[in-house]
Amino acid sequence: MPLTRDQVRHVAQLARIALEPGDEEFYAEQLSGILEHIDRLQEVPTDDIPPTAQVVEVTNPLRDDVPRPGLTQEEALANAPAAVNGFFRVPSIQDEA
Amino acid sequence: MEVHVQPRTRTKMFCGCAIGQLGDPPNSNVCEVCMGMPGVLPVINKAAVEACLKTALALKCEIPRHTKFDRKNYMYPDLPKGYQISQYDLPMSVNGVLELDGRQVRIRRVHLEEDTGKLIHAGDKLHKARESFVDLNRAGVPLMEIVSEPDIRSADEARDYAQALRTLLRTIGASEAEMEKGQLRAEPNISIRRYGTDDLGVKTELKNINSFRALHRAIEFEVKRQIEVVEAGGTVVQETRGWSEAEQRTFSQRSKEFAEDYRYFPEPDLPPLELDRAWIEDLRRALPELPGSRRARLISDYGLPAADAASIAADRDLADLFEAAARASGDNKRTANWVIGEVAPSGKSPTPDHLAEVVTLVATGKITRDQGREVLAESMNGGGSPSEIVAKRGLAQVSDPAAVRAAVEAVIAENPKAVQDYRAGKVRVLDFLVAQVLKRDRQIDRSLANDLLKELLS
Repeated sequence: MPLTRDQVRHVAQLARIALEPGDEEFYAEQLSGILEHIDRLQEVPTDDIPPTAQVVEVTNPLRDDVPRPGLTQEEALANAPAAVNGFFRVPSIQDEA
Repeated sequence: MEVHVQPRTRTKMFCGCAIGQLGDPPNSNVCEVCMGMPGVLPVINKAAVEACLKTALALKCEIPRHTKFDRKNYMYPDLPKGYQISQYDLPMSVNGVLELDGRQVRIRRVHLEEDTGKLIHAGDKLHKARESFVDLNRAGVPLMEIVSEPDIRSADEARDYAQALRTLLRTIGASEAEMEKGQLRAEPNISIRRYGTDDLGVKTELKNINSFRALHRAIEFEVKRQIEVVEAGGTVVQETRGWSEAEQRTFSQRSKEFAEDYRYFPEPDLPPLELDRAWIEDLRRALPELPGSRRARLISDYGLPAADAASIAADRDLADLFEAAARASGDNKRTANWVIGEVAPSGKSPTPDHLAEVVTLVATGKITRDQGREVLAESMNGGGSPSEIVAKRGLAQVSDPAAVRAAVEAVIAENPKAVQDYRAGKVRVLDFLVAQVLKRDRQIDRSLANDLLKELLS
């Protein structure tokens, strides 16, 4: 079933993506195609398989609580589009809630 | 009630960054992992898991064999990954209980997650801000989330619950749980119900609460606000409300009507945890006596009044000191008084033997209570044993009644104005007169001087 325009708008809002006029139809079609493709997985019989979130045969790789050096403030901010006084600077988040 | 607690660890939840201090330069305790850079992998901090399991055990929770982490997805600059690693449907523990003075508050779950970064908004108010500044020092700091069932009925109970939780966490060493440092953050969910019905109304969640006092006030304010809304014919809106300490009121922060859509899914970068039974049993055996049972024992074994037992049991170090010193002095009640009145406020700790010595020196009248205080303070500052200090300083109480009487009478004669004021009803002048007596002779016991002054002036 293709996505509705409302669903596209909702997903765009969650992803903080601004939509231009006409984008809703475009993404509805494109995202529906992706979902359809993924839905083919439903055809695989899984009745005898327990729910699986992990296929790596590793459990409990815990880390000892020992500090190790990370990045300097300068390194941390090196790729930031905007920084001031050691902080990342981001646009106001006022209209987002 | 939801309570977020920072477990006592040296490093963050999923990376080796040190836990910073308040006042550290921004973005100075960060690395590729907690900054959400591509291609990195989180690794679980064992100490955080142990702190969470100890907390779960102390709260009598069930600990399942399998637990896992999930991604809670949301876009906000306080977590650059675009999601918080938390626990959704298989938390570390479920179904516990915290005993509160004869009442039980059921615990729904205790799980582990990570804290977010800090945002500072330019301008005074969020809605006026043009830009925000991001500090990721807190991003990835471990947090335990302790969620209770709706068993708390008043602001008093909510405060008692939070305090009992703090005491428990400190006793078992799972967290420092300092509210002012943000290591324990209480977020009460509040709803009202009509008298005589069981149906709870729509709830609001309160945030920004920085002290037990603020917790109490915020709840009282919010309950009153909800009652006023309903009585005016309105409806309570489900939302998050912030507590403003400056204005002593709650205000709407964000509406929950288009419910959070966090799209939880299992964290693919972290294998599930298998909680080995032997490990759990080791942790259980290593738990110290919990505050509730210790309080009961201080009452039954040492005959302490309930209030004294509660304040001593609330601090494991104090309780250990009390028990050892009381055994050494043989005087439970007086030892408790010294622990509560002198040791606790000092923030220092004498050895149990030294404390017992002071208790005995004062109780047997060898030195005055004031001298006892000084000796204890000096002893706690590394001055040696109390009897050595007493000998070195030549302290001894004047116990000759005639000598005490002579000093008191002299003070009365020298201070006619004060005596007149006292007799005219200014009873606080007595403190001044006592001080004059002690000035004449520091070896005189304060309470003796006090009693005799009262007697002679009546």
